[in-house]
Amino acid sequence: MFDFSVFTSWLDAALLSVMPGWLTILVECVLVALGIITLYAIFAMVMIYVERKFCAFVQCRLGPDRVGPWGTIQVVCDVLKMLTKEIVSLRKTDRFLHALAPFLVVTASMTTFACLPWNKGAQILDFNVGVFFFLAIGSIGVVGILLAGWSANNKYSLIGAMRAGAQIISYELSIGMVMLTMICLTGTMSFSEICQNQAEGGWYIFRGHFVALAAFIVYLIAGNAECNRGPFDLPESESELTAGYHTEYSGMDFGFYYLAEYLNLFICAGMASTIFLGGWAPFVIPGLDGFNEVMAIIPGFVWFLVKVFFVLFLLLWERWTFPRLRIDQILTLEWKYLIPISMLLLVLMALCVSLGLTF
Amino acid sequence: MANTSYFAGLIGGIKSLCTGLGVTFRELWTPKITERYPENRKENHIPERFRGTLVMPHNENNEHKCIGCGICQMQCPNGTIKVETKMVETADGKKKKQLVRYVYDHGCCMYCMLCTRACPQGAIEFSPEYEGAVFARESLFKVLNQPGSKCVEKPARPAAAKPAAATEGAKPAVAQPQTADADAAKAKAEKMAAAAKKAAENAAAARAAANEAKAAAEANAADTALQEAWKEAEAKALKLETAAKNFAQKAAEAAADVK
Ligand code: SF4
Ligand code: SF4
Repeated sequence: MFDFSVFTSWLDAALLSVMPGWLTILVECVLVALGIITLYAIFAMVMIYVERKFCAFVQCRLGPDRVGPWGTIQVVCDVLKMLTKEIVSLRKTDRFLHALAPFLVVTASMTTFACLPWNKGAQILDFNVGVFFFLAIGSIGVVGILLAGWSANNKYSLIGAMRAGAQIISYELSIGMVMLTMICLTGTMSFSEICQNQAEGGWYIFRGHFVALAAFIVYLIAGNAECNRGPFDLPESESELTAGYHTEYSGMDFGFYYLAEYLNLFICAGMASTIFLGGWAPFVIPGLDGFNEVMAIIPGFVWFLVKVFFVLFLLLWERWTFPRLRIDQILTLEWKYLIPISMLLLVLMALCVSLGLTF
Repeated sequence: MANTSYFAGLIGGIKSLCTGLGVTFRELWTPKITERYPENRKENHIPERFRGTLVMPHNENNEHKCIGCGICQMQCPNGTIKVETKMVETADGKKKKQLVRYVYDHGCCMYCMLCTRACPQGAIEFSPEYEGAVFARESLFKVLNQPGSKCVEKPARPAAAKPAAATEGAKPAVAQPQTADADAAKAKAEKMAAAAKKAAENAAAARAAANEAKAAAEANAADTALQEAWKEAEAKALKLETAAKNFAQKAAEAAADVK
């Protein structure tokens, strides 16, 4: 399996040989930031295209197919349109918070994006409490959403933001609980070690019996709610609240929310495939060495992307099947069903691990 | 109990969610119904009943069915149709209307189809022809009857049948002209009396309904729908009462005739 750190350490050494240490770090930071932003933009566009096509297919339509082959250029045009639109600034809003909110949302989503393990050694943020860091940074997004609703001085925005607050904070509990369940199994919180373990011993979704499978499903449900996507799209339910918390945003300020929404979906899928499906780890069956070697030829980032898109397929499928819930139904689902289930899963997983029932 | 229904609800919910997922998964692979319009112009499928434009079908002899009565023009809420007619004298010396130009303003039509429903001859209908775009407003005015076309001659139907029946009935009429007349008058009087009775019944029912509506409307003065209903019922009752009166008068006249 190709180790990306060979390339990064070579680059580091090459830069160090021509410039002082602090400048090396600066240059590397800029390079990494550029890399993240480019990937972020590209994946947002891919996601928007995939979503539009998928929803069209579910609804017996063809989706965008006019601009470019199979409508592929359509998204690029939409992005350009968004970039050139006027940013309207409104009277009687809290200007500072109004301008700050989209940046909080997009920063939170970009930072969590940086946690994803793309390949062996190709990880931007990786340290021993990676999972906690991921959860903590992810929660900054909800602050941005609340500020957006508060600063806009608009009742739709405020209602949307309040709903988002109630919903995201509730579902974060299940996400945390499910993550803990899996940490019981992994024994580490660093994403690189989680992937490494799975590359050696098989994916956790198989190693953790049905407990891991159930945890995977709970994670998908809660993750979808975290991303504010239907059936949990109450915060922006267009039939009641115009556009929810981003009603008053225009131009690229709105674009940030749009980007963040799609990227959060990508991140949710990426996290699910890292923790349950092995991240960049190829599909291995312990004992079958020939098969494992063939699988190892496929590069890690391909594995990662294939898994991410598989999980994305599940998420989109579910998003375009179910109708939007009411706020009380959303909270009932979380507090009466998902939290008890995830607590039970945590206990079961702890039992399994301590009794040595896992692989 | 609470526990069983909690778990029953959970399992039932999961089952129904899976059913939904199954439906959408199958839908993913079904052929899509989108028409890629300009490319598939040739084979584009437009449903038969689609209301594209108004047409007046002509048969192979360049004949249409329009008799120029102008009912469609009166029915049209948008003033879309102009029926231009002239009076002509037929071979047997009768005056008859004839269609000159049937002008349809496509730009004004809202495709409500009131005209085709109202036409007593079934002379006009909608065709699914949908490419209605033109470069000038004037091109939207279309003359629907083809140049040189004329109205189909009807086979002289009941008009021919009636005299035959009359000649058949003429025999007894010749034998007893007096009784036949008296019988006819009596039958007519009976019929009229029955009609008058029926009309009176109808009027009474309508009056009762109107009174009821009035009571309801007065009880809820704020409800405009009720007020409307009352007005309507009132108008209906008045109309029926007048009709009943007319019938009663006619019945009386017929009875007088018998005597
Ligand atoms: S469809 Fe309606 S609007 Fe159009 S011509 Fe007929 S009656 Fe008029
Ligand atoms: S189209 Fe029909 S309704 Fe209109 S004038 Fe002719 S016969 Fe009368």
